[in-house]
Amino acid sequence: MSDPAIELRGISKSFGAVKANKDIAIRVMPGTIHGIIGENGAGKSTLMSILYGFYRADRGEIFIRGERTDIPDSQAAIRAGIGMVFQHFKLVQNFTVLENIVLGAEEGALLTTSLGKARTLLKQLSEDYELQVDPDARIEDLGVGMQQRVEILKALYRQADILILDEPTGVLTPSEADHLFRILEGLKREGKTIILITHKLREIMEITDTVSVMRRGEMTATVKTAETGPEELAELMVGRKVLLRVEKKAAQPGARVLEIEDLRVVDGSGVERLRGISLDVRAGEILGIAGVAGNGQSELLEVLGGMRSGTGRVRVNGDELDLVGPRADARTRRARGIAHVPEDRQHEGLIMDFHAWENVAFGYHADPAYNRGLLMDNDALRRDTERKIAKFDVRPADCWQTAKNFSGGNQQKIVIARELERDPDLLLVGQPTRGVDIGAIEFIHQQIVALRDAGKAILLVSVELDEILSLSDRIAVMFDGRIMGERLPSQTDERELGLMMAGITDTDRGHTHAEVEGNLAHVHGKVG
Amino acid sequence: MDFLTIVQILDSSIRLATPLLLACLAGLFSERAGVFDIGLEGKMLVAAFFSAAIAATTGSVWLGLLAGVAASLVFAAIHGLASITFRGDQLISGVALNFLAAGTTVLIAQDWFAQGARTPALTGAARFAPIDLPFADALSGIPLLGPLYAQALSGHTILVYVGLLAVPATWYVLFRTRFGLRLRAVGENPGAVDTAGVSVIRLRYAAVLICGLLCGLAGAYLATGLAAGFTQDMTAGRGFIALAALIFAKWRPWYALWACLLFGFLQAVSNRYSTIDLWIVEIPNAFVIALPYILTVVILAGFVGRATPPRAGGVPYVKER
Repeated sequence: MSDPAIELRGISKSFGAVKANKDIAIRVMPGTIHGIIGENGAGKSTLMSILYGFYRADRGEIFIRGERTDIPDSQAAIRAGIGMVFQHFKLVQNFTVLENIVLGAEEGALLTTSLGKARTLLKQLSEDYELQVDPDARIEDLGVGMQQRVEILKALYRQADILILDEPTGVLTPSEADHLFRILEGLKREGKTIILITHKLREIMEITDTVSVMRRGEMTATVKTAETGPEELAELMVGRKVLLRVEKKAAQPGARVLEIEDLRVVDGSGVERLRGISLDVRAGEILGIAGVAGNGQSELLEVLGGMRSGTGRVRVNGDELDLVGPRADARTRRARGIAHVPEDRQHEGLIMDFHAWENVAFGYHADPAYNRGLLMDNDALRRDTERKIAKFDVRPADCWQTAKNFSGGNQQKIVIARELERDPDLLLVGQPTRGVDIGAIEFIHQQIVALRDAGKAILLVSVELDEILSLSDRIAVMFDGRIMGERLPSQTDERELGLMMAGITDTDRGHTHAEVEGNLAHVHGKVG
Repeated sequence: MDFLTIVQILDSSIRLATPLLLACLAGLFSERAGVFDIGLEGKMLVAAFFSAAIAATTGSVWLGLLAGVAASLVFAAIHGLASITFRGDQLISGVALNFLAAGTTVLIAQDWFAQGARTPALTGAARFAPIDLPFADALSGIPLLGPLYAQALSGHTILVYVGLLAVPATWYVLFRTRFGLRLRAVGENPGAVDTAGVSVIRLRYAAVLICGLLCGLAGAYLATGLAAGFTQDMTAGRGFIALAALIFAKWRPWYALWACLLFGFLQAVSNRYSTIDLWIVEIPNAFVIALPYILTVVILAGFVGRATPPRAGGVPYVKER
């Protein structure tokens, strides 16, 4: 048996009192796809950053192809043949593809020769690995799928034979993800070693040969993918049994709570983001909006939540809402019984430097229960926060913690507690579980379903198809500011929704990958 | 207005544009690398003082130039230390350096020369002498172009030509060399540079030091070329006009040349005339002096195309997880 491509022994790393990695040992065999799975904060990214020379381990040894290797910086990692595709691409937006690829790996002091050589090599690589990309296109004009290819090409150009991908499918449509997986299979056939970091169990099951599970900084298990299943992996990740499916009864839809007719939004640079949306949401049902990020879902939530103006007609419980002017604000919307859990909790849902109890007041600070004459009744507010924290199991249960000191899942619980406890008629909720660990996902989903069962209307926006499919009672797919169609979860599947998300309605016909790519690039170009 | 007047105005436009141009290119290097520099003014001022002081003391303008550049480099290094190594606020560091320059130059000048916060007037070898370009005399007879070449373009000090040559040089370095590619990249997305295995810190220091060098030349030119000695606050806001020109030029070297020549021209016109008659309207001199600033506001407001600053500008680089 050959030496492992990578072997880590006893790697430990602390940030202050936090032990991010504890005595990690792992062996990654050459020519395999090795998955590393774990919740947010389990230490996956720290471990990979150590491997790529971003951090230095406090203790432990790294062996590359059997040889003990020191990786003090990224340059050393590149020399050792390690390439990394980060979750947030490290590309210069206004450079061309070619310039991004040669950056840092130039042949000489002058550019002309290096760019010429790179062009030839790039052509070769594109053909070898099904990684077609226009070398002279600017990054800002490319869609995310293309940008990711540039990142992979960057690594291959530096002759990486160990490729680390950090959450690579987070921004991709299902068909783009499939294409990525084909590329990875191709790389594996060429003898490259691939490490795939993800929190998506499905991807692990689909593509990896071996999987390692991390929990709270420790490597809890390494198993052959063929010999395990999603339930077992989830349990290893969380440390207890987890319900992967959302348990819910059939919906009992009542009266129409939200009625939208021909809603349009034009953004600051004059681009029409919503092009005539019409939707209904009934009491006691969850309408899920599926779509690739940037197709107008954010604008839809923002205009309904009173953060943006638009045109058209929107009625809540039969009363028309102002879409422009002074009464089109978030406060008026809240008074109408609309609660909003915004997509980006760190920028729109919370003030990260404020205490939990202060954050619980936002949007509702004029509530008489929080006020005593001209002054705020902070004691009452804190008592209320304590109650909400207990009910929603926020940890640590301390209303004096600043928002940024809570984990992603607990931050989201604070926002959800604030909005759900108002007993709204309509809940707008965007990306409820983005960056939230599996245990908290289960809890948040249960809360949303409970609100539905209490007869409230819920509009759910999520880029996670799994989430849409398991929570929604009805699904609408958005593409390029329009609704492509509605489906019932029982009568559709990921493939069909994926095609609709790429702007293809007639989903029975076979579709070339190029068609999907083309449609998406068109939209991304506009977004960028 | 006769032809001779026009030639004279152009001649002084070039002279007045030179410090702006050098400072503007200085800012261009720094800001393209993602380090905003509001302290161009301060660096020019210390360079002006030390070049004049050393030139006056030693009688050699070249030693003066060296001292001016060295002083400016020290200030640049402080700015680098504050904003790159210690990740401080770049605007605050720049403002602080401006104050420091304004105060220390006067203090040292008074203590050293006791002539009312100025250096003695520079004469002879303590000043840069005009250089005649080749064939200036021979070509001066040619109508139109001859006098333009012989009187407007020729007969400046060496630093004027250094400034003019710095424009193509800057363009070449930024857009045709590996260093330039990395420098532009570090101002747009330092993360991309870092993960490519190139040191963000070293690149930014290099840019900041080039900025210091060019500011040093600009300041030395002010005190030993344009004027004959240092006087209190002699930069008179030129560092800020250079910043305005940089925005006006959208952070591009050739545009920077035209922007600085335009601003130099406006200054030359306002120096020469107290009011300007345009048929019926009489434009006061103050308006012409204010014009560069008005133009900058117009540009910033987005009326003339969009000026997009380097994306990572003003943000210290911190490795993220």
